[in-house]
Amino acid sequence: MINFDYIRTFTTKAAVDAKVKSASSQFIAGGTNLVDLMKKGVTSPDKLIDINGLPLKQITADAKGILIGALALNSEVAENAIIKTKYPLLAAALNAGASPQLRNMATVGGNMMQRTRCSYFYDITMPCNKREPGSGCGALQGQNRMHAIFGTSEKCIAVHPSDMCVALAALDASVHISGPKGDRKILFTDFHRLSGDTPELDNNLQKGELITGIHIPANAFNKTHYLKIRDRASYAFALVSVAAALEISGNTINNAKLAMGGVAHKPWRLTAVEKFLTGKPANKETFTAAANMAMEGANTFGQNNFKIKMGKAAVTEALQQAAQKI
Amino acid sequence: MPNQDNNPQGPAGKSRRDFLKKSTALAALTIASPVLVKAAENDEKIAALFEQMPLRLEVNGVAHTLSVEPRVTLLDLLREQLHLMGTKKGCDHGQCGACTVHVDGKRINSCLSLAVMNEGKKITTIEGLAIGDKLHPMQEAFIKHDGFQCGYCTPGQIMSAVCCVKEGHANNADEIREYMSGNICRCGAYPNIVDAIIEVKKGGQSL
Ligand SMILES: Cc1cc2nc3c(=O)[nH]c(=O)nc-3n(C[C@H](O)[C@H](O)[C@H](O)COP(=O)(O)OP(=O)(O)OC[C@H]3O[C@@H](n4cnc5c(N)ncnc54)[C@H](O)[C@@H]3O)c2cc1C
Ligand code: FES
Ligand code: FES
Repeated sequence: MINFDYIRTFTTKAAVDAKVKSASSQFIAGGTNLVDLMKKGVTSPDKLIDINGLPLKQITADAKGILIGALALNSEVAENAIIKTKYPLLAAALNAGASPQLRNMATVGGNMMQRTRCSYFYDITMPCNKREPGSGCGALQGQNRMHAIFGTSEKCIAVHPSDMCVALAALDASVHISGPKGDRKILFTDFHRLSGDTPELDNNLQKGELITGIHIPANAFNKTHYLKIRDRASYAFALVSVAAALEISGNTINNAKLAMGGVAHKPWRLTAVEKFLTGKPANKETFTAAANMAMEGANTFGQNNFKIKMGKAAVTEALQQAAQKI
Repeated sequence: MPNQDNNPQGPAGKSRRDFLKKSTALAALTIASPVLVKAAENDEKIAALFEQMPLRLEVNGVAHTLSVEPRVTLLDLLREQLHLMGTKKGCDHGQCGACTVHVDGKRINSCLSLAVMNEGKKITTIEGLAIGDKLHPMQEAFIKHDGFQCGYCTPGQIMSAVCCVKEGHANNADEIREYMSGNICRCGAYPNIVDAIIEVKKGGQSL
């Protein structure tokens, strides 16, 4: 690891000021992604700004929803009593990610900002437009088993690897941001970007901006499920994942939210399918039709062709599992 | 509480910063290439990058005042500066759990934690589990159930297992497998590890 300057900050303003001042600086929270990337030489900031002293760990709920500080640990959020009872989809997605040790280090802000696990991005001897714009995309014709099937561009077919973010996209969360120009909020689904012509940009955070928290609006979903399909039973990134939130009364779906992970450069929200589900009976037929619809427009690259079949099965299964919840 | 001062800045007590300054200046004088003269002018900045930082933390009940480069991980600090070799380096990338230690009672991967980020924290390593000659119940159970073959993953497994029980995630074999998934065992001692954890959980001792 190339050495760097290290400073500790204790206020949002100090952290933002330090970031603005030093062009190649980076915030560090849990370090579980950044330290890994620095060891690999994928990134070499000349200064790390430790934000763990900032007062952003709180989880506060009211009638309107819940606000989770950017520094709340993944494990703390997953174990939080209110999250477990009122936002179980988020708890399930968090517990499906990484390992207990990593969740004890990883923060909510860091989780959102984690980089892709594409092997070409990680291997600095390989071409990668995300790591080195203009160098090409090794995955297009290469090892692309883990890669995207929606919203791809010829510049980059990497996926966003987070589980937590898939649940947050489904739950209509918003992101609280603090920056040199003040504070702002954006919808969670507008936070991450598609690769397009600028795969080096994962999200819409501007220079010097810091995530301060996530807000999830209160909801009436009584049936939710997070389904993650991976190469081993646990401690592996998703091949495909589905976050399903349903409001069912009698046997009718009154409201539905659906997002997928492992299929795009950002958590993939399925708004058309949600509309289709609304008002329909909660049965196998509805769920199969929804799954077929979910896979429309998918584009595969050889090794990841299986993701269409797997995606269909995963959407059906996630909706079914959700509907069966008591 | 005993206090150990480890300040590994080299024999003359000089920091790398001083050394770098001198060697760069010397090189500039002897060869005097424009690049090197420039380097000497930027000395202050270059040296700053190699600055050691003061760090205070407690390891297995012993308070330490140390001096470390920001890039040193907690794992390397434990093994290379404090000579606590029990904590193992498997992958060095958060993928195996061999480096698991407790920080303020929580299990973490020490290979992804920068040492300087543990200022003021209490670290427990495998060396700190036993009380004198008396092994920790989890250590006893791993021996009884043969929870290892080569033993390389074992310190990490045991540190993780202690927290798995303490966190309340050891209620059945499936739950144990899920909450121990951050610890890989190349020898495949998993069934015996699960048995050891079940026994400790059933024993109900305070850990
Ligand atoms: C072996 C392994 C397996 C994993 N498996 C999974 C998995 O299955 N599912 C999953 O979802 N994740 C997985 N992860 C990823 C893990 O969830 C992330 O590494 C973690 O969430 C990052 O959080 P952090 O606090 O450690 O971030 P850091 O490493 O500290 O930071 C990551 C990035 O975020 C930036 N950042 C941090 N906080 C803020 C903020 N508040 N505002 C702005 N920028 C910020 C940093 O500058 C840095 O660029 C895995 C990781 C490893 C190592
Ligand atoms: S050495 Fe830390 S997880 Fe493998
Ligand atoms: S005992 Fe050999 S790796 Fe686990």
